[in-house]
Amino acid sequence: MIITAKNLVYEYINEEESGIIDKVRALDEFSIEVNEGEFLIVLGHNGSGKSTFAKHLNGILRATDGTLFVDGFDMKDEDIIWQVRSNVGMVFQNPDNQIVATIVEEDVAFGPENLGIPSQEIRERVNNALKLVEMEDYKRHSPNQLSGGQKQRIAIAGIIAMQPKCIVFDESTAMLDPMGRRQVMHTMNKLNKEHGITIIHITHHMEEAIMADRIVVIEQGKMILEGSPKNVFKNVEQLKNIGLDVPDATYLAYLLNKEGIKINTGVINTEEVIKELCQLK
Amino acid sequence: MIRDITIGQYYPIDSILHRLDPRTKIIAVFAYITSLFLINALYGYACVILALGIIIQLSKVPIQFILKGLKSIVFILIFTVSINILFSTGETVLWKFWIFNITVEGIILAFEMALRLILLIVGSSLLTLTTSPIQLTDGIEILLNPLAKIGVPAHEIAMMMSIALRFIPILLEETDKIMKAQTARGADFETGSIIQRAKAMVPIMVPLFVSAFRRADELAMAMEARCYRGGAGRTRMNSLKYQTRDKIAFVVIILFIAFCIWI
Repeated sequence: MIITAKNLVYEYINEEESGIIDKVRALDEFSIEVNEGEFLIVLGHNGSGKSTFAKHLNGILRATDGTLFVDGFDMKDEDIIWQVRSNVGMVFQNPDNQIVATIVEEDVAFGPENLGIPSQEIRERVNNALKLVEMEDYKRHSPNQLSGGQKQRIAIAGIIAMQPKCIVFDESTAMLDPMGRRQVMHTMNKLNKEHGITIIHITHHMEEAIMADRIVVIEQGKMILEGSPKNVFKNVEQLKNIGLDVPDATYLAYLLNKEGIKINTGVINTEEVIKELCQLK
Repeated sequence: MIRDITIGQYYPIDSILHRLDPRTKIIAVFAYITSLFLINALYGYACVILALGIIIQLSKVPIQFILKGLKSIVFILIFTVSINILFSTGETVLWKFWIFNITVEGIILAFEMALRLILLIVGSSLLTLTTSPIQLTDGIEILLNPLAKIGVPAHEIAMMMSIALRFIPILLEETDKIMKAQTARGADFETGSIIQRAKAMVPIMVPLFVSAFRRADELAMAMEARCYRGGAGRTRMNSLKYQTRDKIAFVVIILFIAFCIWI
């Protein structure tokens, strides 16, 4: 168990321009357990608390109440924060605002440099990380010359070079074009399947959610659905009600069912829906 | 317009100048600037221009690219030249009107000032053109390190500079975008008096500042998430070491300074 959250509460004071002050509960008694090596996707629309949860995982935010254990460390303890951060990497939304250096390889080296790793080893780690995200040809480039997807892969390489056990992607695909999104998802999958790194991906793109081991849906700081992609997407109406989409294939199956054509609604991709349709008489 | 600023830009090619230790280059630039104020004879300038020419050749950076950087100082250049021509005192008065006073000495002085400014900009832009910002800040940090003992935040200064350099092109691009967005909605940046044009810039500055602060906030968060906690305990992927070429460069610098003092 790499992450164990129990009854996590996060409150903040929201002061509007009109002077109205109110308390917002971004996380409301939120509990979750994440296994080592898992590919978890957290879904939710804007303001559902999904990013707030992500920011708790490496101590950027601190819970108002409840307990959170990350990699065996109690996050209430302020002294262990750097240890947790070296084990739980985080990739953010805007690729430009997380790249520190003006040369790709120097940016990838930033994390390991902070950890105080010897020069020779940093060089090795940087080369390996860039190879892993398939960006080794761009080593000496300036990040400004790269596309969004490439920049985001550089940001990922910067995290990999720190050799974390878990990487949290906080809406890292939200600002990318479809091509960039595919590249980043490919990298994520590779990290998870080939290198056993735990991936927690916060998103609102349904096509991405399909490849997860498990999906968690957050609404108003509470977990409302949890399970495999098939089981979660079965709840078409509930998801639509809170403003989330379901994959096209699932929606088609749902609509057909509504019209009286009984097919299995637990389909999430085109191949599956074709198979189901062909079995109809 | 804003694309023309080459000051602070790195030109990534491989040359002997690019491979020099950043500390050598920083010291060389300081020596060069000092030399500009040491010389006053016309043939002194000729020597400096010659030396600069050789260095530009060595750097392999296209001369047009370097000269493009001068565009951004045209206004300052015209301003200094006209002030110097109009107000300086001298023996041989050519033309006199009210408080204006054009003299031969004034014209020579103005010409010298302009030449100095141009040489200053070209020379120091060579430093940033041939040194990657991280190397540059590494160099500054190490050069400032002795001062850290008396409380100069050497690492912090270096870090701030490198981040500023990283975000210059991004903020320029953003300014461009905001300007286009405002133009599309009828804003006019090109016509009118200077005051009117300056006023038209206000709606650009506000969103630019807001976005810069948001970026700073996000960057700080990303840096902390990557375990950044100041300079203590940090290591470097590329630690700086003086090579033979740096020693040769130092000899050249000393000879150059000696020569400038001599003439």
